[in-house]
This record gives sequence, structure tokens and C-alpha cells, in this order.
Amino acid sequence: MTRDAMRHVYGWLLLTPAAILLVAFTHYPTVATVLDSLYSKGSAIRPSRFVGLGQYAQLADDPIFWKVLANNAWFALGTIPASVALAIAMALLVNRALPGRALVRMAYFTPTILPMIAVANIWLFFYTPDIGLIDQVLSVFGLPGHNWLGDTATVLPAIIAMTIWKEAGFFMIFYLAALQNIPPELGEAARLEGASRWTYFRRVLFPLLMPTTLFVLINAVLNSFKLVDHLFVLTKGGPDNASNLLLYYIFESAFSYFDTNYAATLTVVLLALLAVLALAQFFALDRRIHYW
Amino acid sequence: MSGIEVENLVKAWGEQRAVDGVSFQVPEGALTVLLGPSGCGKSTILRLIAGLEEATAGSTRIGGRDVGRTDAARRGVSMVFQSYALFPHLSVRENILFGLRVRRVAADERRRRLDRAAALVGLADLLERKPAQLSGGQRQRVALARAIVSEQPVCLMDEPLSNLDAKLRAEMRDEIRDLQRRLGLTMVYVTHDQTEAMTMADQVVLLRDGRVVQAGPPADLYERPATAFAARFIGMPPMNILRRDRLPPDLGGGAGGGWVGVRPEHVDLEGCGEGGGLAATVAAVDYLGAETVVRLHRNGETLMARREGRLRLDPGATVVAAWPRGRVHVFDDKGIRRDGRITAPPLPG
Ligand SMILES: Nc1ncnc2c1ncn2[C@@H]1O[C@H](COP(=O)(O)OP(=O)(O)O)[C@@H](O)[C@H]1O
Ligand SMILES: [Mg+2]
Repeated sequence: MTRDAMRHVYGWLLLTPAAILLVAFTHYPTVATVLDSLYSKGSAIRPSRFVGLGQYAQLADDPIFWKVLANNAWFALGTIPASVALAIAMALLVNRALPGRALVRMAYFTPTILPMIAVANIWLFFYTPDIGLIDQVLSVFGLPGHNWLGDTATVLPAIIAMTIWKEAGFFMIFYLAALQNIPPELGEAARLEGASRWTYFRRVLFPLLMPTTLFVLINAVLNSFKLVDHLFVLTKGGPDNASNLLLYYIFESAFSYFDTNYAATLTVVLLALLAVLALAQFFALDRRIHYW
Repeated sequence: MSGIEVENLVKAWGEQRAVDGVSFQVPEGALTVLLGPSGCGKSTILRLIAGLEEATAGSTRIGGRDVGRTDAARRGVSMVFQSYALFPHLSVRENILFGLRVRRVAADERRRRLDRAAALVGLADLLERKPAQLSGGQRQRVALARAIVSEQPVCLMDEPLSNLDAKLRAEMRDEIRDLQRRLGLTMVYVTHDQTEAMTMADQVVLLRDGRVVQAGPPADLYERPATAFAARFIGMPPMNILRRDRLPPDLGGGAGGGWVGVRPEHVDLEGCGEGGGLAATVAAVDYLGAETVVRLHRNGETLMARREGRLRLDPGATVVAAWPRGRVHVFDDKGIRRDGRITAPPLPG
């Protein structure tokens, strides 16, 4: 063999371990999922067969799918702007020289270190009817208790509130890091020119934080579709699917109804949705971002 | 009405006093340089005047008005920062107009001021660029323009030229001085560079460890330094400071302690005068073109001499150094000028 061919062999040998892992755990499952979504559910008497886009047609007629999708949209709208705004506010607060600053930063960050399951357990205690923290506080003011997680009207907002609490501290860390890269002289220059804190924030800080905001937004959107751990503890998607989210519905389809093919169809839709959202944000915001 | 009076200004962080009882006056329309080594409190004083820091004690008056409790935006000062503090996401135009927009200056007035400032500092062609697309000197000009458009009577500058190369620094020095005169600005200019202080200042305030060492016109500081520190800080190479008891009377020597200072340009190497001189060994000879700087060793002391033109001396040679009695500055043990006359009388001889 020539030296040149040997070099190619070496190259491929070096790539092989990584390539095997990548194919086995990323590419193959993705392709398999897409293929699965094109077959019907198999059973003992009726084997799975190719139905083309039949599953997708079924999905379009599935009221639960549309319900879950709408829930997810509300969940995203409810959590993302609020947690980002809260994250910026907290970062601005702890970026100043205030006594016990390290402690406050830690306190804000704590929810992030906790596993979602633990967080859900804490909030389960908050939301428990009558004996939970919220109802106890309400009873002090003579207000009646409420089954926050059992009422279709309040269950989604309750889960949104908990998610904001969990996420804001995480995003705060990114904003804090970004704020510390902004030279304090910018604020001093603005102050000498007569700019109020709000003007300085609006005209200088916020634009300079835009790269961070893009990063945080993409993460927040992905998270709003990825975070479902709390549903296992708190609501199991109920009552009446009022708190069911797309990923949890996929789990239910696959492991409660044992319809892996329908779950595959839902997964393909979820992936497509996430890709579109991430790209849209990237292109829409990127043109207005000043990287510096 | 924009003269500045600083009285007994103190700024302490915990135990450490960065500014320790500083008093000086800046006449209206004049350029005052705060000069001193790094860490002596220059920036802190400037920030106290601007209102960016709150004084621990003492008072600041601008135009006769005590501004101790006045917000920074209302003191009538503009400031140029060492780092320029340009807003990186805004164009040159928007950087310059930032303050005018904040203060809601009318659009045609804004345009008038922008055009004038851009023309004054030569930025007219660069208005649409972002700061990242500018050279250091151009960024410096944007910072200057931002101070000019604000039309504040007082302008504070914190080491504005320290990020520029030597050639640009010399150019900008002249430009800033020229602008200050043309616009009649009252300017406080902070630097650690004695050349900037000597060439630009109407008045120099020399600082050390948060205190004023000497204040006066540059020539005074050079000709009649108040302390040995002032004597060595201003002038390049620095003044020779020699032990008084080891010198002959003709060269300023005498009994008792203290020090004798003599500028390198007054040290004569050829003629040894009638009173003789000091035998010393040549350690190094630096020929700089117009002049030669010679470093001499004698009894463990170093002596610098600066002579015009080219001097043919070899290291290791022995020469006789001497200087006129009238060129000598005498300092006591603590380095304080002995004759007490800090303002310059006509030099004898
Ligand atoms: N915010 C601050 N907190 C504590 N010490 C400070 C602060 N700012 C300045 N100092 C101290 O005050 C002294 C003077 O600083 P500064 O005015 O910046 O000196 P200069 O500008 O002359 O180099 C320094 O010893 C510095 O460490
Ligand atoms: Mg400084």
C-alpha cells in the first residue's frame, strides 16, 4: 500500500470510535424515529405495517394533541418573558456592591441546582389544598383554600409559576457574567450626561446584553418543551390534560398506551418545531444584535 | 463662572486614605494638570470633582457654588475617561449625541453642535462607524467630541492619552491644549507623564500619596522644586540628589545633613572651574543626537550629566564634574527645600 493510502486508513481508524458513538446514539435513533412514524402500531393479531403519512393524519385529528400543543404554547409564553425579565432584574440587583452580595447571588441560584423532581416536591407542598403553604397564608387573611393543581383553570398557571422560579436563577448567572464584562465607566459616562438608571438600561445595558438574551431565549424555548419532570410529581398532565405538555404526551403514548409509532410521530413533530423556533429566533434577532 | 476650588478634600476607603486633605484652585479658563505617580489619588480627586465619588470630608466649589450635594449631571462638568468609555453598540454620531438626546436638546440644535464638534476634532467622515472600527486616536477624538458637544464649562480628563503611541500623543497634546484655549474651557487634566504636564499646563498640582507636594506654573516646579521628590519627578533625566556633607563648598556642600540637588544639564564635564570639581568615573554614555547623557559613579552615588552635542567619552574614564554654585538646590534631611522660597526669584549668576 502506498503511504498516502495508509494515511487515509489511519485517519478513518482515528475517527471510528467517535463515529460509532455518534451513529449509534444520535443518527440511528433519529432516522429510526422518522421511519417508525411511518408505520402503524403493531399488535399480536395485526403486525405493524407501512402507512405513509397516515399517523400524521391521525395526529391532525387528535384533539389531545392540539390541546397539548396549545398548553405548551401558553407554558412557553408564560415562562419565558417572565423568567428572562426576572433574571435581568436579579442580575442588575446583585451586580452592585451591596452587603452580603455573595449570599444573595447564592440564594437566587439555589433553585437551579435543585433537581426538577425536588423542586416539584417543594412546590407540591406549597400547592397542597388547605394544609399547603399558599392556602395557609391565605387562611391568615380569611380567604378560602383552593385546589391549585386540581382545578383545570389554575393548574397550568401554577406550573408556570414554579418553572419561572426554577429558571430565572439559571438565566441570571448568564446575565451576571455579561454585566461584569460591561465596563463601569459606561455607566459613569451616562450618569454625567444626565441619563437616569432606566435610560442607561434601555439605551446601553439592554442592547449590550442582547447576545446573552439570544442565548438565553433559545435555551428558554428549548426548555419549555424539554422540561416535564415536574409533571410526573405534580399532575401527570391532568386534570383532563389541562397541564399536559408535548413531551409528556409523547411519554404517555409510548409507555402508557404502548403506541411507540404514534410517539415517534409526535417526536418528529416536536423536533421539527424546535428546529424552526431556534432558527427563527436566531435569524430574527441576530440582525439586531451587536456582538462586541 | 467655572473656576474650581477644592478645600481639604479627603476620600477614605476604610483605613486607607486615597486623598488626604487636598486643597487647590483651578482658575476659570485655565488648564490645571494633576500630576503624580500611579496610585497617588489623581483619578480619585477627579472623580470627586465630577461627583462620581462622595467625599469623606472637605468641599468642592465650582463657579463659587458648593457642589458637595449636587448630582454629577448638574455640576456643569464633562469628562473624558482613560478608557474613553464609548458605547460600543452606538455609532460615532450616536455616541456624540447621547447626552444631548438624554437632555432633550432640540434636533436642529443637536445638529449644529454635532457638526461643530465633529469639525473641531476632525471626525466628520467617520460619523457612521462603530467604535470598534476606529483607531485609538480616532476613539480619543470621539470621546473629546462628546465632551465638547455637552458645552459644559468644565472639562475633566483622566489620562486621556495614555493608550496612544508617542507620536500621536504629542499631536493630541497640542490639539487638546488648542481646543481648551479656543473654547475657553476650565480643564482639570490628570496624568502621570511629566512631559504632558510641562507642555500643557497653566498650573501643575503635583501629588504624592494623596497629598499636594507643590502647586504652581510648570516653570516654577522645574526651577524651584519644593521637595526632593518634586525635583526628581519633574525633568528627564531626573535631578541629581547628592549627600551634602560629601561635597566641597563650591558645589553647594556644607556641614550638617541634607541633600544637594543639581539638574543634569547644569553639570559641566569639561571645564573644572577655578574651584576644582568632583572626580567621577564614567559608567555609561548615551548619545541622543542633539545631546549626550552621561552617567557617572562616585563614592556609591550616581550622577547624571547632560551636555549638548556629541561627547567623546569612554566608560571607565575619569572625568571632573562641576556646576555653578547658583544652580544648586538645597534640601534638608526630610527632603524639604531649605531656602523656603518656592516661587521663583531670578536665578543668580
Ligand atoms: N473604589 C476603591 N476602593 C478602594 N480603594 C480604591 C478605590 N479606588 C481607588 N482606590 C485606591 O486609592 C488610591 C488612589 O487611586 P487612584 O486615584 O486611582 O490613583 P491614580 O489615579 O493616581 O493612579 C489607590 O491606592 C487605589 O488603590
Ligand atoms: Mg488613575
